[in-house]
Amino acid sequence: MTGTSYAELLRLTAPEIVVGLAGLLVLVLDLSVLRRTAIAVRFHSAVVAGCAGCVIAWVVLDKFPAQGSLPAGMLVVNPLTQLIQIALLGLAIVVLLLVDSARFTTHVGEYCALILFATTAMMLLVSTQNLLVLFISIEFLSLSLYIMTGFDKESAQSAEAALKYFLFGGMSAGILLFGMSLLYGISGSLALQPIGAAVSQSPGDPMLTLAMVMVVAGFGFKIAAAPFHMWAPEVYQGAPTASAALVASSSKVASFFALFLAFNLGLRAAAGSAAWGMYSAGWASLIAILAAVSMLWGNLAAIAQTSFRRLLAYSAIGHAGYMLIALVVHSRQSLTALVYYVITYALATVGAFAVLSALEGEGVDAIADFRGLGKRAPDLAFCLLIFLLSLAGVPPLAGFFGKFYVFTSALEGTNHFGLLWLVLLALAMSVVSFYYYLKVLKQAYVSAPVTGAPPIHVAVATRLAVWSAATLVLLLGCLPGLLLNKVATTLGSAVQ
Amino acid sequence: MLAWTIYLSFIGAAAVALTPTGRPLFARVTALLTSLAVLGIAIAAVVEGGGQPITIVRAPWISRLGIEYYLAADGISLTLVLLTGIAAVAGILFSWNIERRVRDFFALYLVLIGAVYGVFLSFDLLLLFVFYEIAIIPKYFLIAIWGSKRCEYAAMKLVLYSFAGSALVLAGTVAAYCVSGQHTLSLDALANFPFPAHFQMWAFPMVFVGFAVLAGMWPFHTWAPTGHAAAPTAASMLLAGVVMKLGAYGCLRVAMMLFPRGLDPWGFRVLGLGSWQQVFAVVAVIGIVYGATVALVQKDLKFVVGYSSVSHMGFVLLGLMTLNRIGLSGAVYQMFSHGIIAGLLFAVVGRMVYERTHTRDLGELSRIPLGRLIPFAAVTFVLAWMASIGLPGFSGFIAELQVLIGSWRAFPWLSWIAGLGILIGIAFSWRALQATFFGEGVTASDTEHPMPPITVPERLGAYLLLATTIVLGLYPRLLMSLILPALNSPLFEQLHRGAWK
Amino acid sequence: MSQFPYVSGLTLLPFAGGVSVLLLGRAGRSAARLTAAVFATAAVAYTAMLWFRFVPALAAMQFQELHAWEPSIGLQYHVGADGLSLVMLAVSSLVVLMSIAASWKNTNQGPAYFALLLFLETGLFGTYTALNFLHWFLYWELSLIPAFFLIRIWGGAGRARAATRFFVYTMVGSITLLLAFLALFLASGSFDFMELTEMAQIGQLTAAISQNLHWHQWDSGHISMWLFCAAFLGFAIKTPVVPFHGWLGSAYAEAAPETTMVLTGSLSKMGVYGFFRILLPIFPEQMWRAKTILLWLAIASIVLPAFTAWVQTDLRRMFAYSSINHLGYCILGIVTVAGSSGASASLVDEKAAALTGVMLQLFSHGITAAALFWFLALLERRSGGLLGLNDFGGLRRAMPVFSGLMGITLFASLGLPGLIGFPGEFLIFKGVFPLAWWAASLAVLGLLITAVFLLLILQRVFSGALGKRWQSMPDLTLAERCMLAPAIVVMFAVGLYPQLIAGILQNTVMQFVGQVRY
Repeated sequence: MTGTSYAELLRLTAPEIVVGLAGLLVLVLDLSVLRRTAIAVRFHSAVVAGCAGCVIAWVVLDKFPAQGSLPAGMLVVNPLTQLIQIALLGLAIVVLLLVDSARFTTHVGEYCALILFATTAMMLLVSTQNLLVLFISIEFLSLSLYIMTGFDKESAQSAEAALKYFLFGGMSAGILLFGMSLLYGISGSLALQPIGAAVSQSPGDPMLTLAMVMVVAGFGFKIAAAPFHMWAPEVYQGAPTASAALVASSSKVASFFALFLAFNLGLRAAAGSAAWGMYSAGWASLIAILAAVSMLWGNLAAIAQTSFRRLLAYSAIGHAGYMLIALVVHSRQSLTALVYYVITYALATVGAFAVLSALEGEGVDAIADFRGLGKRAPDLAFCLLIFLLSLAGVPPLAGFFGKFYVFTSALEGTNHFGLLWLVLLALAMSVVSFYYYLKVLKQAYVSAPVTGAPPIHVAVATRLAVWSAATLVLLLGCLPGLLLNKVATTLGSAVQ
Repeated sequence: MLAWTIYLSFIGAAAVALTPTGRPLFARVTALLTSLAVLGIAIAAVVEGGGQPITIVRAPWISRLGIEYYLAADGISLTLVLLTGIAAVAGILFSWNIERRVRDFFALYLVLIGAVYGVFLSFDLLLLFVFYEIAIIPKYFLIAIWGSKRCEYAAMKLVLYSFAGSALVLAGTVAAYCVSGQHTLSLDALANFPFPAHFQMWAFPMVFVGFAVLAGMWPFHTWAPTGHAAAPTAASMLLAGVVMKLGAYGCLRVAMMLFPRGLDPWGFRVLGLGSWQQVFAVVAVIGIVYGATVALVQKDLKFVVGYSSVSHMGFVLLGLMTLNRIGLSGAVYQMFSHGIIAGLLFAVVGRMVYERTHTRDLGELSRIPLGRLIPFAAVTFVLAWMASIGLPGFSGFIAELQVLIGSWRAFPWLSWIAGLGILIGIAFSWRALQATFFGEGVTASDTEHPMPPITVPERLGAYLLLATTIVLGLYPRLLMSLILPALNSPLFEQLHRGAWK
Repeated sequence: MSQFPYVSGLTLLPFAGGVSVLLLGRAGRSAARLTAAVFATAAVAYTAMLWFRFVPALAAMQFQELHAWEPSIGLQYHVGADGLSLVMLAVSSLVVLMSIAASWKNTNQGPAYFALLLFLETGLFGTYTALNFLHWFLYWELSLIPAFFLIRIWGGAGRARAATRFFVYTMVGSITLLLAFLALFLASGSFDFMELTEMAQIGQLTAAISQNLHWHQWDSGHISMWLFCAAFLGFAIKTPVVPFHGWLGSAYAEAAPETTMVLTGSLSKMGVYGFFRILLPIFPEQMWRAKTILLWLAIASIVLPAFTAWVQTDLRRMFAYSSINHLGYCILGIVTVAGSSGASASLVDEKAAALTGVMLQLFSHGITAAALFWFLALLERRSGGLLGLNDFGGLRRAMPVFSGLMGITLFASLGLPGLIGFPGEFLIFKGVFPLAWWAASLAVLGLLITAVFLLLILQRVFSGALGKRWQSMPDLTLAERCMLAPAIVVMFAVGLYPQLIAGILQNTVMQFVGQVRY
């Protein structure tokens, strides 16, 4: 095995390094120089430093893109991963902006550093095709997220959420690892490509089936697909807003991408089929069931929610279902659709959390607390409208095209209408989802505000975050080609 | 030029949203000017056009999927664009007196209008769907915020039904895209593509039902009376007058134009019915009779009008299913005619009567001598009643005449039942007219019910709508010159070759 | 085709009048009634002008106007007038003028009333001159609405039910008529009366029906019979023919007598006109096949209402049922003529006599019935609303002029020779006896009973002891006498010299007689 020079390594991991260093810098800055200054100053400086780091990393990715890979697929850098990394950086910047006005903790440096470290982990996660590095990245990410979830020391809910997250996560990590080890046992390699070759030779191996099930379970936890979703409502509700935002948006992007790489490259031959009347065992059929259950469970449970965060959590489960449909099909079209969908979904979700954080001072959590938002903060309400309608799938917002593209790719190809049942289920659940999104909008626009309700003060950073997310969602909805073309071309070169 | 109907409406909406808060007059005037300008564009286009479809804009939009931003208009589109223009102006005139959240009302109204124009002018299936969905959200807010009792429930019901219908349409759209493999969703390309017959056999009813839900087809019509009754006047005028026609238009433009083989005989019979054509014709006639019968027993005046809309839309659907030139032309004519008449009826019932009496109960209304207090409203309602029962001299007669001739040719027995529906229609609308304006149990004297007089905007709106229905009743050439060439165009060629007679 | 649109002008004249009344009526009731009277008189004059311009020697439809309107649905603007139309126009314009005169002093009836009356006249004129079904139907329906509102708003205590019944019955007939004609359009491609008549005459209509209407493999004879029944229903309800007459009694009784003048004077004639213009020429074979039933219906319409009138106690109802009876003679005449085609193609004279009699009867009944209700209106105003048969007595002593004039009218209605009613009835019987003697014999019974109850009226109301209440009942004022005089003069004039009316009818009648073949 030829060695790789450190220079090569540094070149390939430049963006991750930048972000990691930014994290360290924030930590050092906060613990040393800014120790005695006011909390607001500390937050501002941490956020500025963090954003600067992300921006620099973005510039590096954009202007000095590196191409190449390390042996055994430990690191694979191509335009597709770079595109995803840019998206992750963007989301991180938005989350950092949200942190700017957070006041739930005095450990500023630690918190922001954790965000940056989590981002680094995610960037690493998307640019690897090696099982071991994959697992390390996942764990790195998860640990950061667990801590971030429990960061609010004064809230019992936060601690409970973190504990649940940790226990669930730990268990599923164990299952994932076991599955990965089985794959290693079958193929004798940790890299996805050789694994794929080995699998294609013996697709009916029972050990392979066991491995697949475990890997699906492990990843299913990360993407909050039913029935591995139990942690999601707790975390969305208990965690501080910025943490929840990160969990809901970037972590999803990264996890889905990793999932798609793992199955598409590594287990392609064992796919099987979930088409109606042409059923054959494989991970595709397994994931189809997962998708169906997620859509049903997520949307139906969301109807009864009175807490906005829990509603978002259940809707996230539903959306995971839609995205899994794209994975079931695993054609080039559907993978393009998946990437488009998950990025726009993350934007809309982070925007919703941003609106929530703007209202944080009110202690807003219940849907009823949104009463009269249209009058009290019209621009926030309008952006909320954009985010929720995008999640619902109303054109001309990005969420609609995501769904449309997923459905189109699901029904295309030679196997025309085998997956029609999934698409019809998805459409039906979409209709159901309108109900609960409209419930929130009804409170915001139709109901009058409670008399004597104080005016809402929104920090500049938060406003910036909300507006930029809303603009992107609207823009990507009206001109989806902007993102679609990029994804399609980069995907073309990355995946066969 | 026609594309500006869409753009101007949206720009108008933004302009209205930016008018100063404390001066509702600015908002009203801006809205009125916008809709008048748009009506002017529509009339200009109608005067010019007719004949072959004219392409307005055609630009690639999502080139990766082959979806285009493609706007075009043929005679049918022009007819419906004209209808929207007239109904919009009338609606604004009848909403002149709204005091609460005026800006938001007119802004939402104009967004709805713009989206409706978009649907009628779209020639790319996805673009049509996008505008179709955009139209749904303003409807929700218009009803939920400014509606009368139970408005939130009615609004949610309406919206969910609409979304359910459009979900079916989306399924059909995606299916059509995948099966045709043409990498395009433009209507003319898809209309000429020979979809496999068995595919059309299930795609057609799915898309047809999806659109027909919005057209108030029985038994998916229950959202309509509830929604129309709860909505504020201008919204009901638009909903019953124009938005229900979106559904019917979709049935014709998408379901029937793209999947005409779906109307062929199945080769076997179920309950005596042998093709989707027969099924939907029977459903349409059931709608006609059912709507009229239920309207006959209503106690709430607005519900009477709401159910009458369901009944009239049944005629549209029946006309569509006759599959001959005169029946289809009658269906489109009825779309226009009923749009105007429904607008009139809701205007009288909502704006002239309800806003003054604050009751919609027929029993209570019959005790108020409305015929004496607001004679203008009485005369308008009489004329609207004459128009809605299909009396000659009004546009409804021309429409129903054509539909009946068409259905005589295709389903003779159903024509008799439709005739029965007309009779029941006469009965219930007379009952409503009598109770409201010529009540027998008038107990109070005039002075007990101080009524504000009929305002100028109300009069103007009434004149506009009445003039339209009378002119089109006496001079049908105006619309027929648009509709007939459109039905003969190559877009409908597949339909011609099939079950068309 | 004539150059100047005479007929359209005539039809639009009362419409313009109605609009003017509404506009000028804001100035007060007298302005309104004066405007109405002016326009009604103008209409009479216009009709007279048309009468004199008419060339009786020409058999064809005159004053024709033909314009394209909407060819894709077979809609053409086609109007014209022949002898029959002119008679109907004359009686309509006269009756409306009489009705306006009768309403002169009735303060209840304001500008809206007069406007509706004039709109009704438009509908009447239009119906009698239209030659394309679609705009004929427009006028048919348009005459219904003002009549409905006239009953509904200015009627008596039971006006709501009466008006509703009137409307519903007539509407049912209209719908069946419409459906029948739509089917005919499908079969033949035309809505034009003259084209359809031609097709029916040369047997082409049946062929077209069998070719174009395929309903469950029924043969064209069946289909034609069904279409005939549907169309017949429409006109049978309007005339009315027993047993479709349920709406008439209450409608005539509850409406104000001034309104009933027009209802009985002209509106009821629309039904008979329909028999002439539509049923006879287009469905001659069906009428011949159904002749027995039709004859029995006609006889029922003559005899039964006479008996019913006899037992009434309300004067209005008596005259209402008598109305049915009088129109029954018309129906008898037409049906007999239609039923005697095919078999014996001769007997032309008798047929001509019958049809001429029918048309004369239409005119005469219009004038006399309108006059009778005029008298009832005058009586009602004097008696404070009472119009029962037994409410009065000995009025001859209190109001001699009134009694005299009403007596003349009653006898004219009965058919006394020398008065207007006689020539028509005589000619009908002269024509019907040779063609269907048994029907004529039974119909004589109707004559008898009519005589009985009319004399009963004379006895109960005018003769006998003068009740205390009516002792000071004022007689006719000078104005009223002047207004009534022309009607009485007409009754005598046409009674003594029927050629006044029948003069223009000759060729029209011969045309109809000629059309009764298939």
